[in-house]
Amino acid sequence: MDPFEDTLRRLREAFHTGRTRSAEFRAAQLRGLGRFLQENKQLLHDALAQDLHKATQLDSAFIRKEPFGLVLIIAPWNYPLNLTLVPLVGALAAGNCVVLKPSEISKSIEKVLAEVLPRYLDESCFAVVLGGPQETGQLLEHRFDYIFFTGSPRVGKIVMTAAAKHLTPVTLELGGKNPCYVDDDCDPQTVANRVAWFRYFNAGQTCVAPDYVLCSPEMQERLLPALQSTITRFYGDDPQSSPNLGRIINQKQFQRLRALLGCGHVAIGGQSDESDRYIAPTVLVDVQETEPVMQEEIFGPILPIVNVRSVDEAIEFINRREKPLALYAFSNSSQVVKRLLTQTSSGGFCGNDGFMHMTLASLPFGGVGASGMGQYHGKFSFDTFSHHRACLLRRPGMEKLNDLRYPPHSPRRLRVLLVAMEARGCSCTLL
Amino acid sequence: MEREVQRVRQAFLSGRSRSLRFRLQQLEALRRMVQEREKDILAAIAADLCKSEFNAYSQEVITVLGEIDFMLENLPEWVTAKPVKKNLLTMLDEAYIQPQPLGVVLIIGAWNYPFVLTIQPLIGAIAAGNAVIIKPSELSENTAKIVAKLLPQYLDQDLYIVINGGVEETTELLKQRFDHVFYTGNTAVGKIVMEAAAKHLTPVTLELGGKSPCYVDKDCDLDIVCRRITWGKYMNCGQTCIAPDYILCEASLQSQIVWKIKETVKEFYGENIKESPDYERIINLRHFKRILSLLEGQKIAFGGETDEATRYIAPTVLTDVDPKTKVMQEEIGPILPIVPVKNVDEAIDFINEREKPLALYVFSHNHKLIKRMIDETSSGGVTGNDVIMHFMLNSLPFGGVGSSGMGAYHGKHSFDTFSHQRPCLLKSLKREGANKLRYPPNSQSKVDWGKFFLLKRFNKEKFGLLLLTFLGIVAAVLVKAGYY
Repeated sequence: MDPFEDTLRRLREAFHTGRTRSAEFRAAQLRGLGRFLQENKQLLHDALAQDLHKATQLDSAFIRKEPFGLVLIIAPWNYPLNLTLVPLVGALAAGNCVVLKPSEISKSIEKVLAEVLPRYLDESCFAVVLGGPQETGQLLEHRFDYIFFTGSPRVGKIVMTAAAKHLTPVTLELGGKNPCYVDDDCDPQTVANRVAWFRYFNAGQTCVAPDYVLCSPEMQERLLPALQSTITRFYGDDPQSSPNLGRIINQKQFQRLRALLGCGHVAIGGQSDESDRYIAPTVLVDVQETEPVMQEEIFGPILPIVNVRSVDEAIEFINRREKPLALYAFSNSSQVVKRLLTQTSSGGFCGNDGFMHMTLASLPFGGVGASGMGQYHGKFSFDTFSHHRACLLRRPGMEKLNDLRYPPHSPRRLRVLLVAMEARGCSCTLL
Repeated sequence: MEREVQRVRQAFLSGRSRSLRFRLQQLEALRRMVQEREKDILAAIAADLCKSEFNAYSQEVITVLGEIDFMLENLPEWVTAKPVKKNLLTMLDEAYIQPQPLGVVLIIGAWNYPFVLTIQPLIGAIAAGNAVIIKPSELSENTAKIVAKLLPQYLDQDLYIVINGGVEETTELLKQRFDHVFYTGNTAVGKIVMEAAAKHLTPVTLELGGKSPCYVDKDCDLDIVCRRITWGKYMNCGQTCIAPDYILCEASLQSQIVWKIKETVKEFYGENIKESPDYERIINLRHFKRILSLLEGQKIAFGGETDEATRYIAPTVLTDVDPKTKVMQEEIGPILPIVPVKNVDEAIDFINEREKPLALYVFSHNHKLIKRMIDETSSGGVTGNDVIMHFMLNSLPFGGVGSSGMGAYHGKHSFDTFSHQRPCLLKSLKREGANKLRYPPNSQSKVDWGKFFLLKRFNKEKFGLLLLTFLGIVAAVLVKAGYY
């Protein structure tokens, strides 16, 4: 009895039905073959090794994350240690050499970073440079392989323009006016606690602080006493004597903020003390969009409330303006929160709280539009400071397969190529 | 110009481009366009570069179709929010990354592969939900015209528009504000594009060029190596940003390499190369003259024939090339300089003294040597023991580094490039008691508790987690009861 007869008959009969002739059928078969190769790489490799001690492998494709080279980190003054060291950690982890330019405005930290930090790092790969706007301008004329800048959008443009001359990629962590929508369906005291804490932390000098509140006049009525109660609880009856309230970094910023106190009406706070660079936790109402307090990033312990009549109006208000670094929405209704989320754009978003999203290193941190470009924190830092280099290592064998791609080309070959390309999965390897 | 851009922005603001269904529809329409109008597209490319149907199809159209199919298959998964690891403080919250469109994207195409280098980025921008303004290269005018004619017939006419024009129009266009600018072209213009983008703080992807070195080791199969190099170098008449630009090898290999490439050229294009339908022409007279000037004073091992009337330049190989000469300063063209080096060390030094290239090629049986070459140099991408091919695998990001560019695309990398990956944290208004820990007035014990909760991660084993939760509740209760 012939062991093959049945099998061969079966195949011949199938062929006569014409099933193998259509392009679709052939493509499906090739796709199956592709999947076989894809899903059984190790098996095939081991088998080949066993049979022929062949070092034959299929191609290997991978992405190498390589350091860029010389990285410049320009840090701001508001969280001078954190916003200098967290990027530094990323740059070092990715294997770069780093030039650090701390802010000249936060003088004490600048001194420590310049004098003490280098002792802990390899000095051949790390340097701290000091200076103001003029020196920074000079620094930016040099060529770097990456520039990481945290600061204002205005200076961000200067940094990117300088980087363009050398085609240096950049990450810009900028700022904006972070809207804070407060729905009618909320407990005002809870909202007041959360908003106040994030607003007045570090005397409001935080790029992700809620910058202004959007709510209905009715909500405003309930929010104001809640905010007053919160502020008293946090900082006492005389906030100026509270150890938990920060001060404005310098005279220039102080003067700028004091001028903003004249916008709208002061509902809470409004006091200031030049000798102490102190500004009381303040809430402003009846502010117009055109007033300075609604035109520039406040960066201080002042919270304007702008009235809107509905969620739609709030969304429209937000979308008319530059994309902020953060966006906040408070509501018991998850639908309202999700609507704010999907119909706006911002660097990051937090529902029902302040900048807690920053504390999760699994979330990338960065802006969009005028609030910046690029992201960092955790693994995102490593990826930011690495060049992702695509590598394909082909084997010298299998040259016969390559013949398909070499000229001279014929119409017949085009048809074969088309069928091969239909099985997209591993056609690249075939080619 | 401003009005055009405004119109597109308005279309984006309508929200139409955002839904998954819409994006898939547009991509399907694009696919239909490529399939139904294949003849017209191939004819346009042929008119621009004297490219055969096979070449135009296999070099450009196939990649576009493959990319569209890949997007159609994977987009539904990519657009979904990706949950992230949480810490103790956010344990009960929703935390995820939501990809969102950037807005209005400007894509400036190149002339050498005029169809794919315009349409492949477009595919990514559409997939990510953006509105797009496409500015094809004016040098490949037939393709520019056909793209302008066909796109409005298949795609949404308000969200995706084509603007044609030269330097003047492009400069005007760059003054407008976009949410991302994607440029393919040369380094000099790349700088201009980035500078214009800086004025609006617009992020950019720059796919530029450079001289992609090709190191040929003693230990390799020279026959195969030379076939692969010949294929990659003279494809599209050398007008490929990732072509092996020049060869680095030991002097003893030069004559063999020259001979084998010469034989391969004959095999590929026949005795009379001019008659071969598979050999393209130089895009225009300016580039023709430029490339011609690179031959001055060089030792032509073979090739060097030119015909200005048809903008034909024969596949050419130069030997013993002096690195300081012009041909080693510029790129793009069917001229292959061979620069002899003593060994792989010298090759690596040579490469590192120059700008980082878009691609790097190394041919060797010695895996260690290949690894060394990759480790000790930098480039956009690498293909070992072949050329060009890393471009074909869309799981690999395609882009440059240093003066060869910034950013990357292809496949999911395109989707990521044209999206804003927005971190979202959704908490509830309940459990306000627990927050008392963070509110002033502060105390040292609060700081200690804070450190404990913040620095611990959510991924401990179940028991540890329960313990932490229990402690958390205890802490909250104690705080509420006024012990802190």
